[in-house]
Formats: sequence, C-alpha cells, structure tokens
Amino acid sequence: MKVTFSRRQLAIPYVIYLLIFVVAPLVVIVSYAFTNGDGRPTLQNLIGFFTNPNTLGTLVYSLLLALVTTVICLLIAYPVAFVLSQSKWKARSVVVMLFVMPMWINFTLRITALKEILTAIEGNLAFHPFFNSVIGMTYDFLPFMILPIYTQLTRLDHSLVEAAADLGANPVQTFLRITLPLSVPGIISAVSMVFLPAMTNYVVLDMLYNSTYIMGSLIGSYFSAYDWHGGSMISLLMLLMICLFTLVTRGTEESAQVRGGTIV
Amino acid sequence: MEKNAPNIIELQNISRVFDDNGYVAVQDFNLTIGRGEFVTFLGPSGCGKTTTLRMIAGFDLPTSGQILLNGEDITRLAPNKRPINTVFQRYALFPHMNIFDNIAFGLKLKKISREEIIRKVKRVLDLVDLEGFEDRSVATLSGGQQQRIAIARALVNEPQILLLDEPLGALDLKMRKEMQLELKAMHERLGITFIYVTHDQEEALTMSDKIVVMSNGKIQQIGAPEDIYNEPINAFVADFIGESNIFKGIMTGEKKVRFCGGEFLCMDDVPEGTLVDVVVRPEDVILTGAEEGTISGKVTDVIFKGIHYEITVESGKYEMVIQSTKTPKVGDTVGMDLEPDGIHIMIAEDHITRFEAAVTGDYQLDYNGRIIHCDLTTVIPGARRQGEVLVDGSGQVIDPSRLRVHVSIEPGDIQMSDDVEAGLTRGHIINLIYKGDHYCYVVRTEHGHDLIVDDEYLWNMGDMVGLILPQEKMTFSLKK
Repeated sequence: MKVTFSRRQLAIPYVIYLLIFVVAPLVVIVSYAFTNGDGRPTLQNLIGFFTNPNTLGTLVYSLLLALVTTVICLLIAYPVAFVLSQSKWKARSVVVMLFVMPMWINFTLRITALKEILTAIEGNLAFHPFFNSVIGMTYDFLPFMILPIYTQLTRLDHSLVEAAADLGANPVQTFLRITLPLSVPGIISAVSMVFLPAMTNYVVLDMLYNSTYIMGSLIGSYFSAYDWHGGSMISLLMLLMICLFTLVTRGTEESAQVRGGTIV
Repeated sequence: MEKNAPNIIELQNISRVFDDNGYVAVQDFNLTIGRGEFVTFLGPSGCGKTTTLRMIAGFDLPTSGQILLNGEDITRLAPNKRPINTVFQRYALFPHMNIFDNIAFGLKLKKISREEIIRKVKRVLDLVDLEGFEDRSVATLSGGQQQRIAIARALVNEPQILLLDEPLGALDLKMRKEMQLELKAMHERLGITFIYVTHDQEEALTMSDKIVVMSNGKIQQIGAPEDIYNEPINAFVADFIGESNIFKGIMTGEKKVRFCGGEFLCMDDVPEGTLVDVVVRPEDVILTGAEEGTISGKVTDVIFKGIHYEITVESGKYEMVIQSTKTPKVGDTVGMDLEPDGIHIMIAEDHITRFEAAVTGDYQLDYNGRIIHCDLTTVIPGARRQGEVLVDGSGQVIDPSRLRVHVSIEPGDIQMSDDVEAGLTRGHIINLIYKGDHYCYVVRTEHGHDLIVDDEYLWNMGDMVGLILPQEKMTFSLKK
C-alpha cells in the first residue's frame, strides 16, 4: 500500500520539536520571571533588576566589554576583509581560511593557549582583567567578523566601483560612498555575530581570571543560588535585547535599500 | 586644451597583453575619432572591443601605445580625471541610492550648488523621458528604465565622450529597437561623441557614423556602415556583417572575375590574375530559368523566413545561399545570375601556395615522383627515428603510406628557371601582373595547380618554366 502524507502531517515532527524546545522553555521563563517563590504573580524581579546596583553594574560592564570587543574586531576585520576581497591574488582563499581556521580548534584549547601567552607577557593576569578579556574575546570572535564582511565585499558588483570612478570619484570617495555603504549588510551580520555572544560568553573571562560578572555569568549565579525567578527575568531581558537589536538592524537594512541581504 | 581640433580622441598603436596568461586582447589598434561622431566597435565576443573601450575609460591600461584626448596624452590618467563617462553593460546603478542621488553622484563631487544639481538632474530626466522619477528607488525600475537612468547619469556630467558598452544587450527585441532610435536621436541632439560597443551588426549598421570591425584584437575594417556592408575588406568582415556567400576566385580580365564555376562582370578594377575572395550577398542573387543563368545548380533547401525564402543551391562543388521571394522546390534545377554591383571583390590576403605530398617508404616526401627532403620528426608530434623506421610517441611504427603532408611556400620564395627540369615542377605562365618593383605570375603547373610566383625579371605569357621551390623555405604540416 502506498502511504501518502499531507503537508500538514509532514509538519507534525517540527511542530512537536518547536513546542518542546522553543515554546515550552519560553513559557517556563516568562512564568518564572513574573512570579515569586510562592508562585504568585509579581513584578518584583523586574524592579529588582533595575534597582540593584550590582545587576545594573554587570549590565553596563557587559555592554562595555561587548562594545569594545566589537569595535576592535571590526577595526581589524574590515581592512583584512577589504584587502582580501580586492586582491587578485589566486591564493586569497587560503589566506581567508587561515583567518577562519582557529574556529576549527576547540575553544577551551585556544583560550588556554592564549592564557599561557598572556601570562608569559604580563606575569599576573589579574592585573589587567578588562584588557585581557577584550583580547580573549577579540581573538575568539575575529573569524566571525571577517567572514561575513569578506563575503559581502566579494559579492559587490565591481562595475559599481568603476561607475563611481567614471563619474569622478577618487578612490577614497568611492570607498566611502559606494563600497562601505554596500558592505553594511555584511557588517550588521558580523556585528550581530560578535556583540551579543560577547555579552554572555563568561567562559573567556573565567579562564583569563577576570572575576567580574557579565550577563552570562550573572544568570548562572542566580541559578546556582536557586533563584530561578530572578535568573529567568534576566534571561528574558537578554532575549528582549536580542529582539530589539534584530529589529533595529533589519530596519536600517530595509531603509538603506541594500541588495544582497545578510549572511547569518 | 585645444577644443577646436577636429579629432577628439586618438588611439595610437594601442596593445593590451594580459600579464597572467600572455593573452593578446588588443593588438596595434590605431583609430582617430572626430568630434561629435557616433563610432561603433563591432565584433564577436572576445575580439577586444570592450577592452579597448575600458582603456579609453581608464579602467584598463594599455601595455603599449598612447591615447590622446584633444591632443593630450591621457593613457595613464585615472578614470575619475577623464572628461569621459560610461554607460555600463548591466547599468551599474547604485542600489543604495534613489534615482536623484544616482544621477547627482557626479555633480555632487564637483561642488555644484544644490539648486544647480536639482535643475540639471531634472533636465536629463526630461531628456530620457523619465520626468518625476527622482525619488524612485532603483529596484522599482524596469530594465529599460534603468537603462535610461544609466544614460542620464552619464550625460548629466556633460562628458566630451560618452562610452556605451553593449547597453542594449539586456533588453528585449522591441525595446532594443526603440532605444536604438532614441540613442541615435539623442546623439544628434547633444552633439557629444559616442563610442558604442556591440556584437550586433544590425545595431551597428542602424546607429553609427563609423564602424570599427574587430576580430582577435585587431581592427579588420573602419568605415561608414554602407561601405562596410557593400565593400567588406576581407572574408571575416563580409561574413560578420550580414549573410554572405564567400568564394575563392581569380580575375580573368578587365572587370571580369571567375568564381563558383562561372565568369561574371564586376565593378572592381583589379589586375588580371589576382587571386580574390568574392562576396555575394544572398539578396543579390537573381534566380532565372535553368538554362538562362550564368551558372546553374540544384536546389537543396528552401526555408520560409517571413519576408522571403532562404534557398540553398548546389552548383558543382560550390554552394550558394539565396534570399528570394520566388519559391523553387527542393530538387529543381535553377539558373543564377549576378549584376556587376552585386559582386564584391576582395584581394585575397593569403597568397601562400599549398600543396599536398605523399610519404615514401624511407620517410621522404614524394611530390609527383620528385623527392622533397623533410625531417618528419619535426612534423609529427612525439615522433622519433628508430633505426630504419619512424615511431610515434607510444612506440608504434608509423606507416608512411597513410601519411599526407601539407607543404606551404610564400610566392616570393619560388624561383623560375629556363631549365624546365631544374625544379620540383614546371608550368606555363598564364598571367603576368606588374607590381611596381616586381612581377607577379600565375603559373599553371603540369598537374593543374595555379601557383603564384613573384619574380623581379620579366617573362613572357605562355612561357614554359621550371619552378624551383627551395626546401629550406618550405613549411610542413601534417594533414589530419
């Protein structure tokens, strides 16, 4: 007998997956975030987050760390991606690979190696916790920054650059008015791949002896103290930030009328 | 700047060789373009027409040669410093800008006042019939509209030369025809020099004042559309511009030419005996009754083409394609005739004599019983001597009886001798043409070949001569 499935039936496994792994956890987080230990609805967790100087301090520190990491990554990655995308050199894909290759090595191993190098240079890592964290994060996230920008730049129609030159733009003007605006989608997807993870990735900090909390470690600390409600509220706030970020970047992209789309 | 010089741009001995593979894209290109001319570079893809255009725009630099604009050398000048603008093949409109910003791009760089920019943009939008499109985005425009914007964006800068790189290639046929006429009208109105690149011969014939036909990086012919069509300089041009029948022929008298098995009167006064290529346009062939034409043949194919039929006629070993409104049937015998102005004579460039030779048992060349010494190991790739025999690359013995070798020799390298037995062959002089510093003879050999021989001494018509073909002047190639 021939068994046929309708489109609706075929969707069932995915619906189940979504219910168990996406919807259910969300419901749990939301319900925990707005209840107290007795199970009563409350806004105390939300108010608590914004009135506690420690949690606010962590938020500011995380944002600052992520911002500095993202800016440094961008400043390093853009010129690299630009030079690589411009070069007629046949081996350029090999060079791109060399930049990306650290991603294939285990993360813990990489950071441990970095720790040894930094210790050899600085002696005691505890003296420059912020600085070391930025180095660690930059090292970790750089490939994620280079790749989307490089891809976007190689996709750029070279005749647009020629057209700009043809219309009288010198190389700097051409870069500022054509190449840079048209690589914005690549920059946005690169930034979103670096900024948000950088706010929560506390493993790098841990391994480089930076005892400061960032958002990721803050949530962890709430959970390990069995404060599921406070931890859920912070998780929810992080989720909202991600949504907000995505909406804003998508908005800029659409208003810029950029062809090509993002690479995520 | 000498604005009044009649020639706006001159290309002198321009060559472009690509470094990475040594490919010669453009070779010894010489061209002078007059102010206000509409010049078209025409040729098949890969002929170097776009490379030449890119060198004029400054996107590509010639390996050697000079480009002069109003008498000034601009060969190495950056593209943004040239008063030349380009309409790109795929338009290259900036997708992140609206139409106004696209068109105003060049003006904004020149520090022109905002009011002036708005006025100028409005004026070019009127010119390309897209009034009020300032705020539209590029993505909302059709191909034809994008094309017009690309033209407007280039024209707004008031360039001295407008370059157009196959600008109509992406449009559908009807749109293309309309744009051809519009571009032509625009050129007449603006008086700017247009340099247009296309592979479409019809487009070139419709629009241009002057056509430059290119092939393999070289200029084949420069001329007005009518001249290129009616008097193609060589077989390539004839074949590329319109449909044509091309035959090898020989001049047999004053304005008389023999080809395709018949003798015809022609318009070109080419010296008797000259080897020529003859071009006959399909629409110029007159179909007659079987016995009435100069030549006759059998119809092998008839295809309906809308306004006419395309008829293929086989006449002996020749084939003639004819466009006619008459409809003979396949298998009919028809006569064919040509008016003198329907025959286009081109001096054949290639006067090299070629003949075929057999190979003897001891690997020498045999031409009608006479031996030509030739080292076959240089002719057959990978071959080498092994004792008495010749073996190929895989060690197999080469069978000489199956080999044929082409022998070529330049007319100037053949010598004539009173001693009829002195050379490889002998023959009668059937044509004699004085060429200023030497004579050119056509010698019909005892084997029926017509050999072209250049000689500085005067011989008489009908003389029997020995023909000495020096072996060191011969080039050999294997017949496949």
